[in-house]
Amino acid sequence: MKCAPAPRQPPSHAVAAPIDLKSKAPTGIVGFDLITRGGLPRGRTTLLQGGPGSGKTIFALQFLVHGLQNLGEPGIFVAFEETPARIMSNFQSFGWNLNELAADNLYFIDAQQSPDFIQSGAFDLGGMLASLAALTQQMGAKRIVFDALDILLELLPDYATKRRELHRLHLWLLAHGLTALITAKGATESSGSPSADSLSYMQFMVDCTVILNHRVEIGISQRNLRVQKYRGSSFIEDESPFVIGEQGFDVASPRSPDTVDAEVSNERVSSGVERLDTMLGGGYFRAASVLVTGFPGTAKTTLSGLFAEAACQRGERTMFVSFDSDGSEVTRNLTSVGIALAPHIKSGLLRMVSARTMSGSAETLLVRIKAFASAHQTRCLVIDPISMLSKAGNELTAHSVAERLIDWAKADGITLLCTSLVDEIDSHEQGTPLHISTMADTWIHLNYLVQAGERNRGMAIIKSRGTAHSNQVRELILSSSGVTLADIYTAGGEVLMGTLRWEKEEATRAENETAEVADELKRVSLDAEEAVLEVRAKSLQTELIAKQVEKKLLARTTRSREIKLVHGKTQMREMRGADVAAVDAE
Amino acid sequence: MSITDRYYFQLYVADTGPNSAQAIKNLHALCTTHLAGRHEIEMIDVFKQPIRALTEGILMTPTLIKLAPAPICRIVGTLSQVDIVLDALGLEPTQP
Repeated sequence: MKCAPAPRQPPSHAVAAPIDLKSKAPTGIVGFDLITRGGLPRGRTTLLQGGPGSGKTIFALQFLVHGLQNLGEPGIFVAFEETPARIMSNFQSFGWNLNELAADNLYFIDAQQSPDFIQSGAFDLGGMLASLAALTQQMGAKRIVFDALDILLELLPDYATKRRELHRLHLWLLAHGLTALITAKGATESSGSPSADSLSYMQFMVDCTVILNHRVEIGISQRNLRVQKYRGSSFIEDESPFVIGEQGFDVASPRSPDTVDAEVSNERVSSGVERLDTMLGGGYFRAASVLVTGFPGTAKTTLSGLFAEAACQRGERTMFVSFDSDGSEVTRNLTSVGIALAPHIKSGLLRMVSARTMSGSAETLLVRIKAFASAHQTRCLVIDPISMLSKAGNELTAHSVAERLIDWAKADGITLLCTSLVDEIDSHEQGTPLHISTMADTWIHLNYLVQAGERNRGMAIIKSRGTAHSNQVRELILSSSGVTLADIYTAGGEVLMGTLRWEKEEATRAENETAEVADELKRVSLDAEEAVLEVRAKSLQTELIAKQVEKKLLARTTRSREIKLVHGKTQMREMRGADVAAVDAE
Repeated sequence: MSITDRYYFQLYVADTGPNSAQAIKNLHALCTTHLAGRHEIEMIDVFKQPIRALTEGILMTPTLIKLAPAPICRIVGTLSQVDIVLDALGLEPTQP
């Protein structure tokens, strides 16, 4: 087990190529600068289009504030819709001190027309441009925003005039080398109206068009941003979700082949269950994403808790995001299975986040989780359960949010453990509502087995990339002393767990004993038989030898008798003087 | 409104742009017809005095500001629609 936390790698999802400040003007909105590979076209005009409340003004202000604060580029904000004072007070909450900046090098122009504005005959924007030219020169402005230019265009009598004035503005901007951002209400809002035509002319005129969308789905606000065109630069064309957070815009970092190249680690981190580590060939991989699925009550949170505890014991900063219950409840509940998180919370290693109090879109949750995680310098992250991301109104985005969560964790070297609730109704699919099972590196499924009036927990590793892993189901046993895994019995095609497994174990033990005794008896009796046979073999051997001796003796006596017989006959003939004929006749 | 009121005008123009030239012409004609001998016109070229135009909030040229008599009013454009202009200035169109 690794003890010392490895040095934290810088996030590798930063822009691959350094931002070319000559051709791009960064907006300071990280995700957006990634999408556009550096920011808005420098010295050119960008159109930011979107409906009311889509965040145009915030985007525009962030662009100016970033330019001034981080790059020392003075900016001008021309407000056609709201008074500068109102804008300043509205944006105080983002922590941009606009009053201070305004005094410095951020100039606000109140370009609202009074309601008693009287018009007679044609006019042009010459006055505004002359003033702006003087101002630009005076303060050395590099960036300019025309907020709600459509309001101004409405005042112009006909299409030809609008077009002429837009062209005038365009030429003026080019001549002054300003990086300009024009915001206007989306074409969809005013389609059919004359301003739709001028908007389309504007789209043609500008070098970059960004569209902001704001939808509400089942009461949940969903925002996204899309770059429609960008002359002379590649960009990511997809819609990217964004959130207007405490720091202004937060655009989801896009997924692209060159941004996803997280460093791969061979280091293992413990799952908190020794036996599970063995099953996984040493534990989870560092920076892997682990998915634990299961029905309610299958000990998903317990596994999460074990992982968190193990991480804290290694001294790694850990964050536990719970959507189900409060942090203190989780801590108390886990104590019942011998998981002690409280000391780690006290020492500051572990941070419990109760996401139940967070509301909003999945996107918002992701942003907040990311913010919390980086504030805590998290190395191990638990999200319990991630399936909460897809609650009402978020079905469409939850998948991509989960995807980006995994990507982000990987890129930051954070080992992520997510649990996911599986409804019993659609359990046959064995998948997850978010389909993150395909993205997760390790997928552990927890199940119930109802048998003989018991519900027992089974655990199986469905997949674990890059790791040899056991394909056997194990029984997960929770007790006050901790969590253990036990082998399950498969007998006659049936899986036995819980009491049945215990009974089976006992029965097998008894059977074994009986068999052993029987064997011993058999062995002894065989020994006895063997001994008897051996004795018998010996006596037979002796008998055999005696017989052989007897046989030899017999042979010898027989011969000597024959010799004697022959010898006796010869003697007798000699004595009788018998002739040869008599001998033959005999 | 008394017939003896003096009119003070500021006309913001953009150099010699066609709209501005038109407005100058129209204003002079109007004053000659309706306000002979009781008007003053200050001509401001936004290209020469841009910061002044900025402080005044002049975005569109030409813009005519009637400073007196009260109320102050602003008319944007070439002033070619005489009826509208006269109405805004509180002058009777039928007046000779």
